[in-house]
Amino acid sequence: MPRRDDLDSILVIGSGPIVIGQACEFDYSGTQACRVLREEGYRVVLVNSNPATIMTDPATADATYIEPLVADVVRAIIERERPDALLPTLGGQTALNLTMELVAKGALDALGVEVIGARPEAIATAEDRERFREAMREIGLATPEAGFARTLDQAMATATRIGFPVMIRPSFILGGLGTGLADDVDTFVRMAREGLAASPIGEILVERSVAGWKEYELEVMRDVADNCVVVCSIENFDPMGVHTGDSITVAPAMTLSDPEYQAMRDDAFAVLRRVGVETGGSNVQFAVDPASGERLVIEMNPRVSRSSALASKATGFPIAKIATRLAVGYRLDEIANDITRATPASFEPVIDYVVVKVPRWQFEKLPGAEPRLGTRMQSVGEVMAIGRTFAESLQKALRSLEQGRDGLNADGGEASFEALATPELLERVGVASPDRVFELEVLLRRGVAVETLAAATGIDPWFLHQLATIAAARTELEAHADDPDPLGSLGATGLRDAKRLGFADAQLARLLGVPEVAVRDVRLALGVRPTFKTVDTCAAEFEAHTPYHYSTYEDEDEVAPSARDRVVILGSGPNRIGQGIEFDYCCVHAARTLHDAGYETIMVNCNPETVSTDYDTADRLYFEPVTVEDVTNVLDAERAASRGDGRLVGVVVTLGGQTPLKLAHAIDPALVLGTPPDAIDLAEDRERWSALCTAIGLRQPPGGTASTQAGARAVAREVGYPVLVRPSYVLGGRDMQLVYDDDGLKRCLTSMLGTGALGGSLDREGGVTKERPVLIDRFLEDAIEVDVDALRDRLGDVFIAGIMEHVEEAGVHSGDSACALPPQTLHATVLAVLAEQTTAIANALGVVGPCNVQFAVKDGDVYVLEANPRASRTVPFVAKATGVPVAAAAARLLVGATLAELRDEGLVPAATPVPREVSVKEAVLPFSRFPGVDTLLGPEMRSTGEVMGTGPTFGVAFDKCQLAAGVALPDEGCVFFSLADRDKPAGADLAASYAALGFSLAATIGTAGFLRDKGIEVHTLVGKVGLREMARDAVELLEAGAVQLVVNTPSGRGARADGGLIRAACVARKVPCLTTLAAARAGAQGIADRRAHAPSVRTLQERHA
Amino acid sequence: MNPPALLALADGTVLRGKATGFLPDSGVATGELVFNTAMSGYQEVLTDPSYAGQVVAFTAPHIGNYGVTPLDEESPRPACAGLVVRDLSAHPSSWRAVGPLEGFLVQHRIPAITGVDTRRLTRRVRAAGAMGCAFGTAPEAALLAAAAAAPTTDGCDLVTGVSCTAPYTVGEGPRRVVALDYGIKATIVRHLAAQSCVTVVPSSTSAAEIRSLAPSGVFLSNGPGDPAALAAPRDTIAALLGDVPIFGICLGQQVLAEALGATTYKLAFGHHGSNHPVRHVASGRVEVTAQNHNYAVARETLGGARVTHENLNDGVVEGFCVPEARAFCVQYHPEAGPGPHDARYLFDVFVALCDGGGLDGL
Repeated sequence: MPRRDDLDSILVIGSGPIVIGQACEFDYSGTQACRVLREEGYRVVLVNSNPATIMTDPATADATYIEPLVADVVRAIIERERPDALLPTLGGQTALNLTMELVAKGALDALGVEVIGARPEAIATAEDRERFREAMREIGLATPEAGFARTLDQAMATATRIGFPVMIRPSFILGGLGTGLADDVDTFVRMAREGLAASPIGEILVERSVAGWKEYELEVMRDVADNCVVVCSIENFDPMGVHTGDSITVAPAMTLSDPEYQAMRDDAFAVLRRVGVETGGSNVQFAVDPASGERLVIEMNPRVSRSSALASKATGFPIAKIATRLAVGYRLDEIANDITRATPASFEPVIDYVVVKVPRWQFEKLPGAEPRLGTRMQSVGEVMAIGRTFAESLQKALRSLEQGRDGLNADGGEASFEALATPELLERVGVASPDRVFELEVLLRRGVAVETLAAATGIDPWFLHQLATIAAARTELEAHADDPDPLGSLGATGLRDAKRLGFADAQLARLLGVPEVAVRDVRLALGVRPTFKTVDTCAAEFEAHTPYHYSTYEDEDEVAPSARDRVVILGSGPNRIGQGIEFDYCCVHAARTLHDAGYETIMVNCNPETVSTDYDTADRLYFEPVTVEDVTNVLDAERAASRGDGRLVGVVVTLGGQTPLKLAHAIDPALVLGTPPDAIDLAEDRERWSALCTAIGLRQPPGGTASTQAGARAVAREVGYPVLVRPSYVLGGRDMQLVYDDDGLKRCLTSMLGTGALGGSLDREGGVTKERPVLIDRFLEDAIEVDVDALRDRLGDVFIAGIMEHVEEAGVHSGDSACALPPQTLHATVLAVLAEQTTAIANALGVVGPCNVQFAVKDGDVYVLEANPRASRTVPFVAKATGVPVAAAAARLLVGATLAELRDEGLVPAATPVPREVSVKEAVLPFSRFPGVDTLLGPEMRSTGEVMGTGPTFGVAFDKCQLAAGVALPDEGCVFFSLADRDKPAGADLAASYAALGFSLAATIGTAGFLRDKGIEVHTLVGKVGLREMARDAVELLEAGAVQLVVNTPSGRGARADGGLIRAACVARKVPCLTTLAAARAGAQGIADRRAHAPSVRTLQERHA
Repeated sequence: MNPPALLALADGTVLRGKATGFLPDSGVATGELVFNTAMSGYQEVLTDPSYAGQVVAFTAPHIGNYGVTPLDEESPRPACAGLVVRDLSAHPSSWRAVGPLEGFLVQHRIPAITGVDTRRLTRRVRAAGAMGCAFGTAPEAALLAAAAAAPTTDGCDLVTGVSCTAPYTVGEGPRRVVALDYGIKATIVRHLAAQSCVTVVPSSTSAAEIRSLAPSGVFLSNGPGDPAALAAPRDTIAALLGDVPIFGICLGQQVLAEALGATTYKLAFGHHGSNHPVRHVASGRVEVTAQNHNYAVARETLGGARVTHENLNDGVVEGFCVPEARAFCVQYHPEAGPGPHDARYLFDVFVALCDGGGLDGL
């Protein structure tokens, strides 16, 4: 069947902010969908609240709504645009749930919108666990014994029937939220309660536990003619019991015989047919008993997913793109395979390499969260590596994580495991954790049997034997260390064998006791160099037309010669808190704009979720770790590929966040495009930076540097508490702390010195050494923080792209603070000073390309906090708020264009644009996943994503943001105040403003007394948590649904326990909780402005017309 | 451990690796090199008689992961001449396994080479076509000479060497099927026997002998080598054609085509894998199929036969039928083993045909 001509315009729903369980894989899939639909001639209407995506670029869709993803808003968009169809399967669980809500409300029927991609009936069958189990029973497929419950009593009865341990899975959730394994009644009751709360329909499945079984996923597609294909099989290294998003996973499946695999394939198609997915991709998850092969269907997702993004990158088969074509009527055999061009998409990719995905966790940023893995996903990102063997891919993946590891141990990071005795390690590996794979290697090297470890972990012996192979090779390598010439005694064969197992030069250097550079030099002299192979969907059976490469140590290299000028763009590696999709956005812009400017673009990155690692984004893609060794290999390969006049022009290091910036010093300086490496160092090194500020006469908060306890105390006493303590070379406020007294400072320094003592492997990821001291600044209380994004060209011309005023005061990490563009309270003279100082800094640093400066403004005085000579995380927000393609312009400057030229082209306006409307960016925080973590904002960044709202006033925009972030501000009810002493004077006006909006007020005794003294009526008196004699406490009120909004500002020291319980209750009850006065003021303004302005939605295209 | 070894191709290409499996005293193993892209099912491939005389290189890098089991044998003894892999798993893991693949190779005297850049090998074969090869621990010059001299399957009757020597009967059912064994796979016998009483007969069995068994249908099996070299089987089928329903698979299709007067030709590097898309012409449905053939039927020589299936990658005839003669065949492997199960309905078509049905729906 050909393209459907009865459709004209199609609404695509995105997935909203990046959260755990739903990350930039949906920017990848959504962007592909929009592109395909436009290529097919449809008018594309897009709604997504996430400004940091390529998807919400004005060029991606015909009408782009950056608006909250809630039913009323989407309905308003539908009424305005009247699309013929809605495609809900590319925007994750968010889009699916939103679509089902619109269906349930009758909105789609009423407005004549057809759901394409997956019928609502199919979605309901797949997503409602009860219906799904029934459907599976009908077609004779086994699922774990289970029962549904909507009350705690029902749940208990089911658990008793099945017997412990049992698994709890809430219905209609994403990323395993509220899911967990309960071994006993107490745990069960707690988890069942959480699960019932997490499910949007208040339902949980209580299920037989199959923890320890092998876990598989099949990525499958089906077209309207019932043609079905498996795109990829994925086997989890970690057995059932660990969420697949938190598992190391491997493609293709490694330990399934063909009869088992084919039976699983048959089951997957049966599931697809029964559920009724007619046009698109799905993923079906299975558990297999390792002892008998018994197979159970666990679940299916009738949409593209994180796994389908991984499968697409793993095979070269673009699932989202093809799913979109299927949704508009095409059959698989009518769609060409992009890579071979000669063959159709109705086949099953085969791969001649091994793909390993390793999740990236960030427990260190979330004190109170235990680094134990379970059925609730906790990772914030992932890396993928490609090699010819599992061992090679695993080691490549581990060094891609950027956690200071060079591979599977044999590096500085192994010390903490080596130090543990075998019995303790054995006990530890029984619990899945981010460290487990490293601990297993140590145990295997100590001679613990594979069988013992398989029994302790449930990990398949095949994988453990692979780890043992690495361990054995390491032992052999170490034996050469005693040789006077270890590299010589190892020889070409020994080196090649080691490289084929994925050992990095750094690991070999450590094992052999020689410098890393010597390993590289000898290796190259002996001809042991990487070869680049091609990902081609077909294991080389057909010629590939897409240069999508990975390195390995084989005989033949497949990099094609090039007679064109080439630019390498270094990506940002795995998503993590502080470095997320914004940087991928910048890299993608660079690839596109430099391609258009005539360069052949080359992307190097290892994050499978992203648009940057789509083989369509750059002209050439190297799916490689973004490390010195691997990047150097790519540069060598590309240099060698030069023919005729074609040359390697340079490397873009300033658009991918901190990851590529850290490599700048290791790359041939002649190849670093834009800002020279020394200037990068100048801005990163706190001491040099302070000196520079002094030299050009900029005011910084008083402070000093220190690398010892005594030194730190001296500085702190001199500048006065509170102080901000920050290490050099950090991103996302890692280890940045606000300290109020000597004791706090001592604790802070102790932890930082501890990190530094871990050794060189942690490189520049925080930690204190003599070379990398900490900066201790006087903390400016109640200052307004400001972010400025600017561009500077090679001639010294500077363009101020955007000035953003933060809602939360300085002290809250800029990434966790809401901010407004244009600034709302800053005077024009202050803005002029900010622009002036930004220009001075850009000039002093010799920036060429993007740069970001953070300021604090207190009492009209401007203080410089820090400068980053690279694109910042606000670049996409600025671009969308102003309509200027900042990242693309930056990329052009890097290759020598001037701002004057870009102005002539119309890429950059003559002056900093002042938008007619106000845009606000708000951070989205992961606290609902980490019940034990306090939600207070501070100098350590903890948000995973962001949303944007735009409106005629700040209040409207802020209100939209809160709605988009999932914590809608209430319109009526009770506001509960619990204020720190220092906030009480200012809190009176604030409370009065909520009262004026018609809210009743509740307050803790202290706060209430203060408010009543000011003549403000407090309706409800709230007692201390747990002290029942006085009054109902805040937690009880929240649980009773008596409070609709909480304003809880921490007093800095003490009394945190009470506040912590209140904030935890807010997370559990999904009640908005504002922890700063500034945010509370913005909230009141938002509620007021929302009432004063009719709700409106507008497209980005209209806003910037 | 594993001694260093080389793999030489007839075109002079030499790749390095390590010897494993059976180590021939001569240090040389030879055969026609083919690559197979299936990611699972190595034991079925190695025991498939159709690989007689061939050295199989798997494109999937890890082979042997789940060991070996008698359950997955397609014939009692492997017919292939050797195995080339990137990595042979020493420690298999599967509840089904009775031992590692390496032990199986030694037991069945199959030489193998591991550690090879099999992707380079595949690209070479893709570019230059299937060719002779030699591998082992012998010196490079000896291997190169052996590779140049290695026989290919062109013009070779390899069927006689793998066919059974005496008839045997399996299965129960309301109809008798005579299966001509050109190198029949166990999975095919299993599928036929699930619905019929099957008498498997040697490839040399005459038409008269077959008639004497009063079959409801005759099955033509898969098998190795050049179909053009199989004059006697061709004549046997020509004699039976029209008298009794016929179903052929793989070599069976080629011999049926020859019996109809059509011709066959050799593909550059054949189809060997589990992912080939085939269109069922009548319905437009796509079947993902298991394939293993070097030769194909020339479409333009098929005359009155109707092409029922075609390969979506390269247009090769994957199935045809002669409804008036109640004969049909496919080039691929609907029985799978290894491979997907999409085309198993063809066994039902055959049963219906034996029971008096037609081929209009095919």
